[in-house]
Order: sequence, then C-alpha cells, then structure tokens
Amino acid sequence: MARIYLYSRFLRLYHWLQALLVIALLLTGFEVHGTIAVSGFERAATYHGIAAWSLLGLWALAWFWHVTTGEWKQYIPSPIDRVVAMLRYYGVGIFRGEPHPFHKDRWQRHNPLQRMAYLSLHVVIGPLIWLSGLAYIFYPYWQAEPMAGMTLTPVALLHTLGAFLMLAFLCVHLYLALTTSERPFGFLKGMITGYEELGDDPRAPASRDKETA
Amino acid sequence: MISILANTNSQSQAMSGCRERRRCVEMRQNLLLLLFIGLLAAHMIAPPCAAASGSAPKSTVTADHGKFEQLKGPFADGPAVTRACLGCHTEAGKQLIKTTHWTWGFENAVTGQRLGKKNVVNNFCVATATNWPRCTSCHIGYGWKDDQYDLTAEDHVDCLVCHDTTGTYRKFPTGAGHPNYTAKEWPPKSGKIWAPPDLANIAQHVGPPSRDNCGSCHFYGGGGDGVKHGHLDSSMHKPTHATDVHMDNDGLNFSCQTCHSAGGHEIAGSRYAPRASDSTGIDIPGRTDNSRATCESCHGGTPHGPDANSKLDEHVNKIACVTCHVPQFARGGRKTKMWWDWSTAGRKDQHGNPLVIKDPDGYPTYDFKKGDFRWEADVVPEYRWFNGRINYSTLGDRIDDSGVVEINRIEGDASDPASRIWPFKVMRGRQPYDRQTKVLAVPHLFGKDADAYWKSFDWSRAIKVGLEATGQKFSGDYGFVETEYSWPVTHMVAPKGQALACAACHSRDGRMAGVDGIYMPGRDRFRWMDMLGGLIVFGTVGGVALHGLGRVFSRRRRRKS
Repeated sequence: MARIYLYSRFLRLYHWLQALLVIALLLTGFEVHGTIAVSGFERAATYHGIAAWSLLGLWALAWFWHVTTGEWKQYIPSPIDRVVAMLRYYGVGIFRGEPHPFHKDRWQRHNPLQRMAYLSLHVVIGPLIWLSGLAYIFYPYWQAEPMAGMTLTPVALLHTLGAFLMLAFLCVHLYLALTTSERPFGFLKGMITGYEELGDDPRAPASRDKETA
Repeated sequence: MISILANTNSQSQAMSGCRERRRCVEMRQNLLLLLFIGLLAAHMIAPPCAAASGSAPKSTVTADHGKFEQLKGPFADGPAVTRACLGCHTEAGKQLIKTTHWTWGFENAVTGQRLGKKNVVNNFCVATATNWPRCTSCHIGYGWKDDQYDLTAEDHVDCLVCHDTTGTYRKFPTGAGHPNYTAKEWPPKSGKIWAPPDLANIAQHVGPPSRDNCGSCHFYGGGGDGVKHGHLDSSMHKPTHATDVHMDNDGLNFSCQTCHSAGGHEIAGSRYAPRASDSTGIDIPGRTDNSRATCESCHGGTPHGPDANSKLDEHVNKIACVTCHVPQFARGGRKTKMWWDWSTAGRKDQHGNPLVIKDPDGYPTYDFKKGDFRWEADVVPEYRWFNGRINYSTLGDRIDDSGVVEINRIEGDASDPASRIWPFKVMRGRQPYDRQTKVLAVPHLFGKDADAYWKSFDWSRAIKVGLEATGQKFSGDYGFVETEYSWPVTHMVAPKGQALACAACHSRDGRMAGVDGIYMPGRDRFRWMDMLGGLIVFGTVGGVALHGLGRVFSRRRRRKS
C-alpha cells in the first residue's frame, strides 16, 4: 500500500471553492430561472452575481495555474484504446469485480475518461456558461447600441443549457467520486488531505499503467 | 500670509483698546467660548441638510397686491378683475391665450394630430362639443358657452382661478368658467348654497399658484374627485409622505410648478406629448431647456446612487422611473373611476324615480344620468412599452367596432430604443357610437334644451345634435362599443421603501405578464429547453442510479458464489 501526494494545496482549494460556487450558482440560478424558491428573486440574483464573479476569478487563477505549472498536460486526451478500456471497465468490469484498468500517480491523476470529462468541463461547459453569463451581466450595455435588436433570449437559452449540463456533470461526478474508490470515501479523503492510498488491491500493480505515460 | 498679518494687526489693536492686559485675555477666552457654544448651537438647531427641506421659504414677493388702487374694487364680474390685472401685467394676456390651458387645442408636432379638449374624445363625458358650459367650468377663461367663443379675448382669461391664495374662489360648475356672482344652489335641489366669491378681496390676495389652484381642476377631472387620473385627486391638496414624497405637505411640500416649471405662463410637461425617456440628464440652467417635468430633470440618468444595487440603474433605459416608484395609484384614500358603462344609463327605481346606487364608501356605482361605474383605490397599473407617441381617436375618426376600441394608442415596443415600460391607468367603458358610419358619438349631454340627454334621456336626439354640431351626420342607428383609454401614471411617487421589488415583475405571473418582446429572467422560460434540461439531468441521475444498483447486485452475487 502506497500513500501518494496527488492533490496539491492549490488544487484542493480550487476544487472545493469551485464546488461551493458551482452549487451556489446552481441553486441561485435555478431560483432566478423560477424553478425553485429559496431566498427570493432579488437575493438569488444578487448572490448569483457575486458567486459568478468569484468563480470567474477562480477560473482565471486556475487556468493560470494549470498553464504555468504544466498541470494542463493532465487534461490531454488519452489514446482511444485507453478510453475504450475505461468504458469497458465502467460498463462491464466494475460489475465483475475486475481491477481498475488505470493506475494513478502524481502526473497521471486522471483516468482517460476523467481527462475527457474535465477537459470538456473546462473547454465546453465552462466557457458556454461564462461567455453567456458575461453577455447576461453586460446585457444593458451591448443591447442599447452595438447589437440593437438582439434580445436576451439566445443568451438566456445558452446559459440555461450550460446550467443543466453542469448539474448533470455534478451528478455523475458525485456518484463516481463518492462510490468508486477502493476504500470508502477514499477519493473524498484524498481531496481533503491531498494524499490517496493506492495499491491496496494486489490486482492493480503500479506497473500496469506505465505504458500510458 | 497677508491674512495672518491682518489678524495679528487687528488683535494688537483690540489689545491696545483694553485697559488691563489680564482682562483682555479673559475677554478673549470668553469670546472664544461664546463662539464655540454659538457654533455648536447653530449646528444643532440647523443641521446642514434641514435648511434645504421642510423649512418655510422666506417670502420673495416684491409687491403687495393689497396696496394697489386698481384692485380696490368692487368688481362686477371676472373679466373686470382681469382688466385690472392686465393694466399692469401687460403681456400676461398675450401669453395666456397661446397656451393649451386656454385654447384647449394642441398640435402634436410628432404625430401631426390636432388634439386638446376641443378635438379629442374620451370615455368619461366623451366630448366637450355641445356641452360647453359644463365642461368649461374648468377652462381658464370666462364664458366659453358655445363653439363661437372668442379665443383672442385677453380680458376673458381667468387670472384668479390659478392665482387666488385665499381658497375662496370657485368657478360655478355650470357657469361656463364664471364663478357665481349671486348666491346659487349646487348641486341642484341639494339645499347647498354657493356664496359668490369676494372678487376684490381675492384680487388683493393673488400669488403664485399652489397645489390647490392647479388641483381645483386637475384633481377633479372627469367630473369629480379623482375620477379621471387616479394619481391626481383631492388627497394631493395636502398629501402625506406615503401618498407623494415630493408634494408631502410636511416634507418637501413641492408645488406643481416645482417640476412643471413655468415661464411666461407656459407650463412644462404635456400629457399629449409626454417624454417617455429623458436622456438630457439633470437640467442645469443655461445648458438645457429649463424644463423640469421629467424625473430625470432632477434625478439624472443614474438616479439610484453608488450605494444601491447597480442593477437598478441598469434598468433605467428600459423601465420608466414611475413603473417601480408608483406601485399603485389612487393611494391617497380616494377611489378613481375604472369603468363607465353609458349603455345602462336612464334607469328608474321601482317608484319611477331616477336611480342612483352608491357603494358603502359613498361612491356611485350606478347613476341614471351616466350608467354603471366601477371605482377602485390602490390600483395596480397596467404596463406597456411607450416611446412618447400617443395616437388619439379624434372627433369623426372611423373605429373598428369588432373589438375593444383604443381611444388612444400607446406607441412603442421592445425593439425601439426610445421606448420604456410605463405604468398606465387604463380607463375602460362602453360608450355610444354610430353603427353605420362607425364613428364614436358626440352625445349632447348637458343643456336646458330637450335634445340634451340629461333632459330627454333619448340617445338618438342627443347623438344627432352632438354629431351635427361637430359637422358630422348621424345615421340614426346607434349602439354601444367598449373602449379603453390609457393614461400614463406619473404622480403619487411612493417612498422608496414601497418601490416595487424585483420579484413584482420577475416572476411567472408578475406585473409584466402582458409586456412582450423581451426575455425576463424569472418570468420567462422556454418549455422545450426546460424539458431538454430535465431530460439531461434526470437521465443522468437515472443512469447513475441504475449503474449503482447493478454494482450492488453484482457484488452480492459475487460474494454468494
């Protein structure tokens, strides 16, 4: 059994702040949308704005961190056969008690599906939300002059779609993060302490994944 | 440097004037103490802001009209007073006869329509034609009793109705603009006697118009207290802070002309051609036209201040100030008329007497002379896009009687940058029209002749006389058509704590439910998008749940085997 340091202090801070902000934005956003009623429209709209700017700041910081530390390489998609192996594992292997086909280390934090999922989160869902969100925030300014006649409708539609995708992402993420670790809540502990205990399963030797490096 | 020198110089002079040096020092200390106490007291008594509001302004009057020989009287009638006024105010008559207050005609430069009370039709008493002496009891002149009135007669301008400060001047309701010069009973058979006003005394006590002067007509438009506008009624003589923050009798105590700035008897602000949005900003003398009739004239284009949620100022380009700040009209404890159905007029009770029914508050809900009424207080306005252009149905315009006739059409829409969402009192009712020629009838209501509706209660005769008096023909076939008339709501600005909160409009069935052309968060959604989103989210949750269950079951099976 090995205990390895997977999640640096900034990454953990980033993860939990992002989690907090995303949940806050989902709650307040769906209140502004009229789907739920918690704090009332005015507060929801105000908090949504504050949380949105906070998340934008956090994302800017995170992008900077990923670029300057080289961590961005952890989001490069894996070869297709590795992706297929992961799909096969979640679709078949996990039910048969087969070992996880992927092994983590400090520079291979994500399995091939996670790479794809997080990449799409940050280059598709994220931008969809923040681009439409900025358009939403600055609507009174662009609407009057540069794009007269253009309405809020497409902006609102895209922003709502982004919210639904984010919520779906959150559901899958919570399921996998909380139920698929070798030890109960192992991933949760890892994301709190930074350390994950690996190699508990003798069928998952560390060498299995050398080829993906 | 110079001031320091001057200071020491004057100090040394003062010191040399003292007999004893010690006493002089004491005196200076006492003086300083007194000065300090004085400053403190002055500060406590008159904090810097209090001077601007509430305190009675010093009189700025430079002439006491009580001292003028010309106003000693006695005066035989109103025009005699006017001639005395014009003896000194040589230009006043020339100014006044050009105003809408006098001509009851208004050329709308934007729409090209000829408007004014002379030319428009409404859904109260419908039209002025053939009913002159009753209607013109609110004209700023004397003697407009038929359509032959001389609109150039300066001495027929009524100075007193606007400038009386005694509160004793009253035009007689059926006097064509004259007060009664002998004691008269009003309303008829009521036993209430109107004493004639003391014209000389009133003339000696003229001054700038107060709310009472303007209000004597504008609070009673449509034939009674609060009938027409709903945001102007008798509660505005001495409004509370809750009714109107600007005219608040114990607060800012604005007069009408504080905003409706007047120069040369020309009053700023027009209901026929309102400014739906004012991007001029705060009006500064010399830079702008000195017209203060819009909110923005004083509050500017970013009125909510740096401490407020910036979203409020971001609403200014699309939402009129009054949309949020006049949350209801008729808030002063008076009701306003919302419905007037002429078609039911003329009924008698079981004893054959003319029928009048009143509600528990004393407001007539049925009057045999006028039909059915509905009255409301604290009315929530209706909201529409408005760019300042209003198209009126004027005398003789063809109407489409297949639906509700818009007597005035409020123009503007979401894509028009000049449009903002405004609150309206929408007056609705049913009124007579000619079913063949499709024109709104001009009923001859008032008069001593048998054709007047209020004498004969015969619509055919009343409509025939009215239409012919305005140069039209009556086919003989009349009916009643439902009409609506939209009145922009501008007065009765509420305290800011009562301004509409976001959710009043940003909710599924909020106040903006009928305003189209925009996407409003909280009000609007696209069902297909919400369904697609629901499918994505619940599909994901379902898939994940199935996957989890599968894992649980497969693990159990593996353990067994």
